Amino acid sequence: MPLVLNEEQSMLKDAAAGFLAEKAPVAALRALRDERNADGFSRDLWQEMAEMGWAGIAIPENYGGLDYGYVGLGLILEEMGRQLTVSPMQSSVLVGATLINLAGNDAQKQALLPAIAEGKLLVSLALQEGRHHRPAHTALTATANGDGFSLSGEKVMVLDAHVADKMIIAARTSGEAGDTAGVSLFLVDGDVQGLSCERVIMVDSRNAGKVTLNNVVVSKGDLIGELDGGMAVLEKALSIANIGLSAELLGLCLQSFETTIEYLKQRKQFEALIGSFQSLQHRAADMFAELELGKSMVLAALQAIDNDDDDLALMAAATKAKLCEIAENVTNETIQMHGGIGMTDEYDMGFYMKRARAAQQTFGDYSYQLDRFACLNGF
Amino acid sequence: MSNLDQFRTETRVWLEENCPESMRKPMADESDSVGGGRNPTFKHPDQKLWMDRMAAKGWTVPTWPTQYGGGGLDRDEAKILGEEMSRLQCRTPLQGMGISMLGPALLEYGSEEQKSQHMPKIASGAIWWCQGYSEPGAGSDLASLQTKAEDMGDHFLINGSKIWTSGADKADWIFCLVRTDNTGSKHHGISFLLFDMTTPGVTVKPILLISGRSPFCETFFDDVKVPKENLMGERDKGWTIAKYLLTHEREMISGLGRGSKKKFCESAVDAIGLENGRLADTVLRTDIAKLELNILAFSKTMERVGDETKSGKGLGAASAIFKYYGTELNKTRCELMMDIEGEQALGWEGDNYKDGLMSRTWLRSKGNSIEGGTTEVQLNIISKRVLGLK
Ligand SMILES: Cc1cc2nc3c(=O)[nH]c(=O)nc-3n(C[C@H](O)[C@H](O)[C@H](O)COP(=O)(O)OP(=O)(O)OC[C@H]3O[C@@H](n4cnc5c(N)ncnc54)[C@H](O)[C@@H]3O)c2cc1C
Ligand SMILES: Cc1cc2nc3c(=O)[nH]c(=O)nc-3n(C[C@H](O)[C@H](O)[C@H](O)COP(=O)(O)OP(=O)(O)OC[C@H]3O[C@@H](n4cnc5c(N)ncnc54)[C@H](O)[C@@H]3O)c2cc1C
Repeated sequence: MPLVLNEEQSMLKDAAAGFLAEKAPVAALRALRDERNADGFSRDLWQEMAEMGWAGIAIPENYGGLDYGYVGLGLILEEMGRQLTVSPMQSSVLVGATLINLAGNDAQKQALLPAIAEGKLLVSLALQEGRHHRPAHTALTATANGDGFSLSGEKVMVLDAHVADKMIIAARTSGEAGDTAGVSLFLVDGDVQGLSCERVIMVDSRNAGKVTLNNVVVSKGDLIGELDGGMAVLEKALSIANIGLSAELLGLCLQSFETTIEYLKQRKQFEALIGSFQSLQHRAADMFAELELGKSMVLAALQAIDNDDDDLALMAAATKAKLCEIAENVTNETIQMHGGIGMTDEYDMGFYMKRARAAQQTFGDYSYQLDRFACLNGF
Repeated sequence: MSNLDQFRTETRVWLEENCPESMRKPMADESDSVGGGRNPTFKHPDQKLWMDRMAAKGWTVPTWPTQYGGGGLDRDEAKILGEEMSRLQCRTPLQGMGISMLGPALLEYGSEEQKSQHMPKIASGAIWWCQGYSEPGAGSDLASLQTKAEDMGDHFLINGSKIWTSGADKADWIFCLVRTDNTGSKHHGISFLLFDMTTPGVTVKPILLISGRSPFCETFFDDVKVPKENLMGERDKGWTIAKYLLTHEREMISGLGRGSKKKFCESAVDAIGLENGRLADTVLRTDIAKLELNILAFSKTMERVGDETKSGKGLGAASAIFKYYGTELNKTRCELMMDIEGEQALGWEGDNYKDGLMSRTWLRSKGNSIEGGTTEVQLNIISKRVLGLK
């Protein structure tokens, strides 16, 4: 597949850009934050997005989606990154629907995917347990209980936890923390008996909650995928999730970068545009170069999902690591090159730095991904 | 030597007797620091006790002359006091622009009346000072400042505005750069004024930072009358004082690079754990080791320059790198702290996340390479003034 967007994809990207700039710009995020909105996102807007097909963009047609693939989803996420749009796109579409589509049985898919595609059901993955993303270290206990299991333990960084209708809980059904085998995925209702959720206001003004399970009873029918075999699907879903987050990071970086370039062309000091100072010029040029690399990685990785390439895991680790590196640099440079005004809350650029940090750390940060990239390369 | 040994012993005993227990642990964030002022806020009564006790000995400003409220210590004694305070982990009792920036400038350029009027009140924490340098159009190009001071015979009439004035909403007095002459080069015609923030015509509007806190402000001057005797140094020649003061500001900010009491790598071990004696995250391990190495090398450089100055060699050329290097180190440290703390670092509110202490500290650190002259300005100074590259 050539590394260019086809006409249809370009149109989707442009349409998404126009829609989001109008309906969900940074100002909308700011308003949600300042009014301490209970949901943390706009449900009306989410319905509009679902009606345009975005919530089902990567879901197969027979399950109510558009079957447009992950390149399409990635383009929307990139544009969402530009505007810092808040929506359940990451939690429910990029991760939730992907996992169900990869691992669920036909009945589960019928029951869940069309509802997700319609924007009526929010499903989130509850995976991380400690400060860091370490899926193989899943320890949340699943104790055999008659025909099913009883789940107890704590999860953090559960995206949109407090609004999720259902959660997919990664639990240990055999082996010990650190073993790849022995992890299973269970679907539970967000308000199931024994589950409590604490909304956490995060640095990026979004919510990734803390979920505590205290003897939550699940049956075999709630199992998504194979008993003890959850890691394989989880790994694939996480590869996809990290590529999606990379697309979002790319959009976010491009917007920060372009805003900075504009500023360099406007702000004068020493009777000269600050953009005429070579020390800033070279750093701007360097960011441009890095962003070009970032664009290539994101597109190649999105295509690798749609092609079901063998090296998907490697591409995902590489892309996320690269975009984490770029994002840290670009968001820092953005503030530095703006001087004092960049440090103010009133100016939007701080929001970009904050979101970048959270997205970097979601499902594995730079050092996690770089290490994984090395491992996948056999060293 | 024995005199110094005796000084050390006495100091140690005094600190042990007088430093309250609660003042012997590191500050959690900026809000734990004490700035004094007419309406001081103390989070804890021990802060006031500690400030007052130290001020009574002149040790809020150990090296200032005793007649101006200082401790009259020489460099060796001051170094010992510093060492003994670190040994007990005593907090700095009083901080602010009065102590670290205006005081040294007053000593060098202030009239006798100005020194006697202001320095004791800085030393005791009675007056909080802010810095009125930057303007919307004069940031890095500070010398292009336009806030106007008109000569009205017995007073100056000030009109204009300042921006990014840290603590202006809490400050009692301001040291302010104003333009008294617009005819010559931009470095000529700048004057250095001291005035009370309650003077009619001064208004202040806080600006929220990306950290969600509001330590800096816009400051407006609307027909503000400042008596002539509040001029420091010579009229129109304030740029020299301005720059002298900036070297002290840089010094203060570069102290950030020295790092905290608790070794950074210990936090990493707590948060991430060891595997075969090595940090479980190998990539982060390398990054942390590089940073620790640079913090060590930076501290040694500060020590070397300090000792060179003491031995009479004057400020070495190396001092030009402090602000640049120290603030970049601090920024890197905060980035790595975010990596180390992971999920814990991303919280913004709530007791479990100390109300976002980590993320807010990280965001605040981004200003370090901007305030007091940006990193780019520092590098320009090094390359132009030190290396002669023009
Ligand atoms: C947290 C904080 C606290 C502050 N507190 C105070 C205070 O108390 N009092 C006060 O007066 N000021 C204060 N300042 C202001 C600070 O000194 C200025 O922000 C700073 O000098 C930069 O000016 P500027 O913001 O106008 O940025 P600009 O000068 O517009 O700079 C924008 C960018 O251009 C770069 N640039 C400018 N000139 C050159 C050049 N010649 N070569 C290469 N690059 C260049 C800068 O480095 C920067 O990256 C504070 C700032 C911050 C962030
Ligand atoms: C926050 C901040 C902190 C700073 N800290 C320091 C510092 O610690 N030490 C320091 O030396 N500078 C400091 N500066 C000033 C800084 O060096 C200059 O702003 C920068 O290097 C640009 O030089 P310039 O202002 O002299 O203007 P430019 O337009 O670049 O210089 C014009 C010319 O004037 C000359 N010149 C400089 N000073 C004078 C003067 N007083 N009278 C006549 N001519 C002069 C310069 O050498 C140059 O040739 C600081 C500036 C800021 C904004």
